Amino acid sequence: MSEPVLALEGLTVTFGSARGTARVVDGVDWAVHPGQTLAVVGESGSGKSMTVLSATGLAPRGAKVTGTVRLLGEELTAMSDADRRRARGRHIGFVYQDPMTSLNPVMTVGRQVSEACEEHLGMSKQEGRKRAVELLGLVGIPSPEERVDNYPHQFSGGMRQRVVIAMALANEPEVLIADEATTALDVTTQAQILELVAGLQERLGTAVVWITHDLGVVAGIADRVVVMYGGRIIEQGKVDDLFADPAHPYTQALLAARPQPGVRADRLLTIAGTPPLPTELPPGCAFWPRCPVRGDARCEHEEPPLVEVAPGHEVRSFYRADPAVTEERSA
Amino acid sequence: MSVTEPNAEHAGPAPTPHVSERGRVWAALRRNKPALAGLFILAVLVVAGALGPLLAPYGINEVDADHLFQGPSRDHPFGTDDAGRDVFSRVLVAARVSLLVGLVSVGIALLVGVTIGLVAGYYRGVVDNVLMRCMDVLFAFPVLLLAVAIVAVLGRGLVTAMVAIGVVYTPIFARVTRASVLSVREQVFVTAAVSTGASDWRIMRRHVLPNIAAPLIVQTSLSLAFAILSEAALSFLGLGIQPPQPSWGRMLYDGRGYVQDAWWMGLFPGLAIFLVVLAFNIVGDALRDVLDPRQLTKDEARRTA
Amino acid sequence: MGRFLVRRLAQSAVVLLGVTLVVFLLLQLVPGDPVRVALGTRFEQDTYDALRERAGLDRPLPVQYLSYVGNALTGDLGVSFRSGDPVTGIVLERLPATLTLAFFAVLFALLVSFPLGILSAVKNGSVLDHVARVFSQFGVSVPDFWMGILAIILFTGVLGWLPPSGYTPLGEDPVDWFKHLVLPSVTVGLVTAAILTRFIRSSVLEAMSEDYVRTAEGKGLSPRRVVTRHVLRNALIPVVTVAAVQLASLLGGVIVIEVLFAWPGLGQLTFDAVRARDYPVLQGAVLLVAALFLLTNLLVDLLYAKLDPRISVR
Repeated sequence: MSEPVLALEGLTVTFGSARGTARVVDGVDWAVHPGQTLAVVGESGSGKSMTVLSATGLAPRGAKVTGTVRLLGEELTAMSDADRRRARGRHIGFVYQDPMTSLNPVMTVGRQVSEACEEHLGMSKQEGRKRAVELLGLVGIPSPEERVDNYPHQFSGGMRQRVVIAMALANEPEVLIADEATTALDVTTQAQILELVAGLQERLGTAVVWITHDLGVVAGIADRVVVMYGGRIIEQGKVDDLFADPAHPYTQALLAARPQPGVRADRLLTIAGTPPLPTELPPGCAFWPRCPVRGDARCEHEEPPLVEVAPGHEVRSFYRADPAVTEERSA
Repeated sequence: MSVTEPNAEHAGPAPTPHVSERGRVWAALRRNKPALAGLFILAVLVVAGALGPLLAPYGINEVDADHLFQGPSRDHPFGTDDAGRDVFSRVLVAARVSLLVGLVSVGIALLVGVTIGLVAGYYRGVVDNVLMRCMDVLFAFPVLLLAVAIVAVLGRGLVTAMVAIGVVYTPIFARVTRASVLSVREQVFVTAAVSTGASDWRIMRRHVLPNIAAPLIVQTSLSLAFAILSEAALSFLGLGIQPPQPSWGRMLYDGRGYVQDAWWMGLFPGLAIFLVVLAFNIVGDALRDVLDPRQLTKDEARRTA
Repeated sequence: MGRFLVRRLAQSAVVLLGVTLVVFLLLQLVPGDPVRVALGTRFEQDTYDALRERAGLDRPLPVQYLSYVGNALTGDLGVSFRSGDPVTGIVLERLPATLTLAFFAVLFALLVSFPLGILSAVKNGSVLDHVARVFSQFGVSVPDFWMGILAIILFTGVLGWLPPSGYTPLGEDPVDWFKHLVLPSVTVGLVTAAILTRFIRSSVLEAMSEDYVRTAEGKGLSPRRVVTRHVLRNALIPVVTVAAVQLASLLGGVIVIEVLFAWPGLGQLTFDAVRARDYPVLQGAVLLVAALFLLTNLLVDLLYAKLDPRISVR
């Protein structure tokens, strides 16, 4: 396989506060390859967004980031703030959750799209504008020559998200990071955006990191899936393997909670309890307090290691280590 | 499909205070050092207001022709004025009337403004439009100018000063109340109360008012600051409290003629106003941080003008 | 935009009408006969009759009001009870002094508050931020006339640099004009600066927490560009309103400062009119200030609509 475009090794993010240190992200490793889509799945507070923001130098103030991040083989974590900034927008594009708030209301969409080209490629205003028209057309905005001078409020939510995607792709970055990029959209628009990104990915060979809590989205677009819980990776593998044979009780619960055709909505399973706060992580398995299985006595006090259960399929749970429990439970 | 909504942390309106939240407010104020200092100054003010004449070392109009324009000393910590009167005693005694004007005028503004805002926000439509346009009219006059005009017409003195300042600060309360009522009115518990056939008055009193208390508490504290400032300005112009009753504003007016020779006459009464206004402002801001963090209205920008 | 303009104009007209009613009622609320009150105990019967006639006080109230509004529209605000001169002339003559004072005060305030407010927000939590916050908290709490007195004590009494009060027309002696202008305008300006600093700081802080700022950072823009292009452009639009409203309020809000510094503006005029019970002059000054205030607000709203592209579709 080719070199990964973006690779994290042991990425850890901590916040120091008077009441102790909060480990928001703890030793996360993953990589995404050209043209591939990596889905990072988890509940809010699982650290999935913080992982990517910290890796690209967008961590909030007060965050302490350790570990290694490689972008196109170069160590991003060793760069100066300014160099890391130059990588953003040039090699990494971002699409955020809410298109209603992620565009500057007092600037034309054209200016917002061309801004990154002017910043990184030194384009003039005229070149930038031409490029903006081209990009708006590329993301499927009708009559881009006229729309380029419009303001964000003149677009619908779905169209705004297309503008945001055009902005993210302005310099044809190697990686596109989509943070809950379809969550705020209605289902039809969501499908259109997913289709658009998939098409562009094929055309431009972009790698995509799709951060979401929505397994429906993951099934449709991902090559590999990383499931995060309590700041740690608890399972990762190829999308088909993971859906066919979810190994972690949490992943199983997530999949069981998906609405399926033919299953009535009131029969959906939910996971009891709430995710742990980063300041109050349990000493053992982070999922233990909510775990329906609790297959091993060690769970409460000892953190399970990430072990390979099939080629390329890793899971962090003692539960898989004891087949007896597995059989008993699945019987 | 989703386990937890990803933006759940943004959901839910800001909490509104109930009696049970008093503890939380106190705890937050206790951790806020400037707010504590503010509360301390206000406590001193209340003591001075209550016991001022008993604590004062000299009579407020005790003229001493042998000790005119004396600088601060052990006998006269704030010096003496052009009639040989003890400035410290006068500053101390004047606290009562300052506090009184502040409380009464803000009380008037609160009562009238909240009523207007409540009715306007609750009934909306024509009533709202008429009432709020009236408030706009009052708002079109700079605060002090309107107060001066009212006093000029009704005659100078303590009572008219309180009425004038009360009128001037009424629109702010009306606006704050109306804005809060409009948002509370849309909430489920109000709709539910309406559907049970509760009377409008009952709904406003039982359901709406308690839920708009937070911005009103904040506005009251800030308005007290500016009411006291306005009273001082009116008295400075000779339109507020009348001699021989001492007032901080009037003392400054008298001291203004002697700034080069008797600076203490111009310093201490003003320092008293400043500290009291500062205290109300700091406490008001601290309350805002606790109760109503996202309130910063354009009205605020007008409050001293 | 057209509809917005029409609606806004209509609204201002209604409020202005209300303002004239309030100003008209001021005279009616005077206990007793205002002309007699104004003239005191010794006066010529002819003067008294003439003033009552001129003020139209013997006609029914609605007729009086209508003629007051009608006359005001033609620029006739009645005559002074004291001098018998037309109020319009008296009031307009004082306007330039007040405008000068208000203009320089706001100019000074903007020069202080823009850098201070912006830096204080951008460097949130720094020493500068603390200084700015203490400055603005003190500034909104300090009585401006007390600060004026302290300034006189310092700059006149101790240092002897500036005159304590008075006014020299610009045409007569520009240097002297400026010397007299400094103390009152800086005094008023500092208070205004405190208000504006506070507002700018919170406006910038709010803009900095917006999603579009995160978007801009994601594009890899330099921090400076993020602030100037995305934060400030959004944050400073409301500041325009507040600054203009401040300017308008100062036109009638500097009474005390004008009295303290013997500045011959509208505030001093109002003060003198109150003391002399010259009600028509008081009415004229109040009406002029309120009208200017409404006009400023109207202009600001139109400017706002130009600055913020979202307004026109509302």
